Amino acid sequence: MAILLNQNKELSLKERFFNLNFTFIIILAILACIGCMTLYSAAGGKITPWALNQGIRFGMGLGVMIVAAMLPPEFYYKIATPFYLFTLLLLLIVDVAGHTGMGAQRWINLGFFKLQPSELMKLAIVLQLARYFSNTPYDEIRTIRGIIIPAIIVAVPVAFIMIQPDLGTSLMVLFCATALFYLAGVQWWKFGLAIGGVAAAAPILWHFLHDYQKNRILTFLDPERDPQGAGYHIIQAKIALGSGGVWGKGFLSGTQSHLNFLPEKHTDFIFTMFSEEFGMMGGIVILFLNLVLISYGYWFAFRIHPSNYFGKMVILGLNTNYFLYVFINVAMVIGLLPVVGIPLPLISYGGTVIISVMASFGIMQSFYVNRDRELKK
Amino acid sequence: MKKSNEKLRILLKRSLIIFSANIFLFFVLVGRLYYLQIYQKEKYALLADSNRFSTRLLVPPRGSINDRNGVELATNIQNFQAMLIAEQVRGDINKLLEEIAPILNLSPEDIEQIQKDIKRHRRFVPVKIKDNLSWDEVSTLMLNNHRWPGLVIDQGLIRYYPFKQYTAHPLGYVGSVSEKDLQQSDAPLLQVPGFKIGKSGFEKTYDESLRGQEGSLKYEVNAYGRIMREIEKKEGIKGKDLDLTIDIRLQQAAYDAFGDEAGAAVVLDVHTGEILASVSVPSFDPNLFVDGISQKNWDSLLYDEKTPLTNKAISGQYSPGSTFKVVVALAALEAGVINSQTDYYCSGRMKLGNHLFHCWKHYGHGHQNLVEALKNSCDIYFYETALELGIEKIAAMSRRLGLGKTYDLGIENQKSGVIPDKEWKRQRFKADWQQGETVIAGIGQGYVLVTPMQLATMLARIVNGGYEITPTFIKQKHTEKPKSLHLNPYDIELVKQGMYEVVNGKGGTATRAKLKIDDIKMGGKTGTTQVRRISLKERAEGIKKDEDLPWKYRNHAWFMAYAPHDNPKYAVAVIVEHGRSGAGVAAPIASKILEEAIKLDIR
Repeated sequence: MAILLNQNKELSLKERFFNLNFTFIIILAILACIGCMTLYSAAGGKITPWALNQGIRFGMGLGVMIVAAMLPPEFYYKIATPFYLFTLLLLLIVDVAGHTGMGAQRWINLGFFKLQPSELMKLAIVLQLARYFSNTPYDEIRTIRGIIIPAIIVAVPVAFIMIQPDLGTSLMVLFCATALFYLAGVQWWKFGLAIGGVAAAAPILWHFLHDYQKNRILTFLDPERDPQGAGYHIIQAKIALGSGGVWGKGFLSGTQSHLNFLPEKHTDFIFTMFSEEFGMMGGIVILFLNLVLISYGYWFAFRIHPSNYFGKMVILGLNTNYFLYVFINVAMVIGLLPVVGIPLPLISYGGTVIISVMASFGIMQSFYVNRDRELKK
Repeated sequence: MKKSNEKLRILLKRSLIIFSANIFLFFVLVGRLYYLQIYQKEKYALLADSNRFSTRLLVPPRGSINDRNGVELATNIQNFQAMLIAEQVRGDINKLLEEIAPILNLSPEDIEQIQKDIKRHRRFVPVKIKDNLSWDEVSTLMLNNHRWPGLVIDQGLIRYYPFKQYTAHPLGYVGSVSEKDLQQSDAPLLQVPGFKIGKSGFEKTYDESLRGQEGSLKYEVNAYGRIMREIEKKEGIKGKDLDLTIDIRLQQAAYDAFGDEAGAAVVLDVHTGEILASVSVPSFDPNLFVDGISQKNWDSLLYDEKTPLTNKAISGQYSPGSTFKVVVALAALEAGVINSQTDYYCSGRMKLGNHLFHCWKHYGHGHQNLVEALKNSCDIYFYETALELGIEKIAAMSRRLGLGKTYDLGIENQKSGVIPDKEWKRQRFKADWQQGETVIAGIGQGYVLVTPMQLATMLARIVNGGYEITPTFIKQKHTEKPKSLHLNPYDIELVKQGMYEVVNGKGGTATRAKLKIDDIKMGGKTGTTQVRRISLKERAEGIKKDEDLPWKYRNHAWFMAYAPHDNPKYAVAVIVEHGRSGAGVAAPIASKILEEAIKLDIR
């Protein structure tokens, strides 16, 4: 019975801190170091303007992660719905502001920080869906009626994000939600039906896409069609990568990046820059470290108390979200997917993504820290 | 509880499926990396290199053209250009331009053009402000260098002809590469902006050997085309120098001897055929062409009635006039038609059929032997001789002496002149040869045409003792001994005696042209050829003498001469276009040239 008693015991702050998975954090730090190093090279061997900033942001992100990990899992359960509704409101504000003459806008300026509601929505939607599915009986999830409410939970914010317009993020949110539906036990054929429906509606959707979005997809399908314009990015990225070979051209010696042939080398295309200087081996190291991180995510979901269905769902959702970041970014810069403007978290220069990814890791850790006890609803 | 277990079981099962999918997708990424970075590495490595490397051709210095003593007639000099690199300018570019405008004499239009150029190019590209800076301009800019960062002085080489009009013929000049040049040659140097190519004269004929071997500069550029660093530099090889037989001192003296007259002169070394001077007057400054000649300058050269653009020494064809009597004499002596004692009586006219042929001396010369006939330039003597000799023998001797054909001189637009015979006339006019035509050919009129180069060659072949020298401009290391023409030395002496008397004999036609050097005598022969007959109408209006006619209708004046008489070394042929009198105008020029040649003692 000692085990049972233990299951419901609140942990002290110190206990919680030492319950963190430190291997996971070390891998995060290694990836962040690789990021800073590449940014140092991208600036031509200088820590300004990017590498130092990025280091500071990672430090802040680490703080955010630990604070988030120290919060009890119940906190996330409780705030799931209000947080979702609040984020939806923010999205609405951004959309309305964008449509009342301020131009396309994706963020709210808080003075010290530009808040992207769509970034928050990635968290909110995972929390809200996890909460919904954890409270819904399995039989109901297997019915059509049971998936109408979660479908609405997903559809409304995705629509809001799409009209910003931010195709990449809305697709990511959609994929992430689909994964949660699948994990909750929704039958295969329903996905088949949905995919069929989307395929049928694709010509209509195409009509609603902006010209630049259409161009990106067309250019992805055939980069040579516009070698000076949109296709230039993809062609130059492939040249950078391919010319890197197995071992790369060496630190600070990437010709494509240092002579500015490679566009966006410090943001979306940073993986290409790294692979030009460190070759296929360098690229594989980044992919491997990320795979280890993701594996840890699955391990967390598997490890936490079986009764904590909400926690497992949240961890898997956030983990899938991170996987999508990495996969979509790398696939697009090596020419497997259209260029949709998704950064490589922890490595690409940019504050919002680091903070949001580190916060989601913090939430995952929060469940892992309290892995041996039940969730008190 | 059972349902809840089922829910958890499916969650774990499906999370494993998604995990597997994740791993699989990571392997897809790795596979793609393998494809791009190993399988296609060569292709992309090449593309990366073609992105970053650029090659520029380096223009080698053009070979110089030298005279026989090594004096440079065509050379390369430093050319200074002021350039502006916009991104290096501190402060306002327009203010900088305003400051330097008075130093470089820039007009408001120039400044407008510069501002346009700056806008058109990227900010790190140097824009040309002014070409061909003078020393004053260069030194002023250098002194104030610190005031104008971004203003740089660039050095280049430019073709320069220090002797200007003295060497325009036959050196020619260089100019910009034309569309036609590009079609004819795919030499990469021609693609270099600002490259100059030989356009006429030796600059054109020997262009490829003067041009040299191009060098190359490989450098790294960034995505905006800015040069980052030099990778590899291969210096070019200077073009081969061209050594001419001309002596520039004699060339200048010959040119200056003409004064305001128009014409041409050729001086040969009679033993080697080396051309010591070849002038065509008036000429032009070839430096005008190097950077592109202005329309105004071009027009004034093109429409000048004294045709400065034509090299009259090789392209000017004139009737030889009385100078041709030497050829007729040699032919007649060889054929046995005349000998030294043969005597004709000149009454001032000769009747053939019902046509009267006049001697230039109205009342006649009386009894004349060959030497006297040459000395007095008696027309009747040569009418009679030619008539007996026939045109074929005259033509044959002319050709042996080098008339009627072109030589391998290495310059374009050489004319072959005309040595008529019966066959020539049939082909040209579809008509039979008339006896009267033989008569006037005997005094070098009618169809006969020669160039100054040919006449000098003809004289040289006679006075060198009958050796078949050919004129050449190019200095040779080894010269073959010329073939003999198998002329009778006695005949040559006789003709030379006649030419000696022309200058030195009592009452000779050109006695005023004696050399002003003690102990050295020259021989020569005058010639005056009608450009147009004075018409009866003009006679009625009182125009009786040649000098009353407008310039372009006046007679051409010839004089050919050699010196020293005892042991000839130099032969010269001088034509003065519309000079009226061989003895009065051409002979003094020829004797000035020979005096200079003897003073210089050219070896």
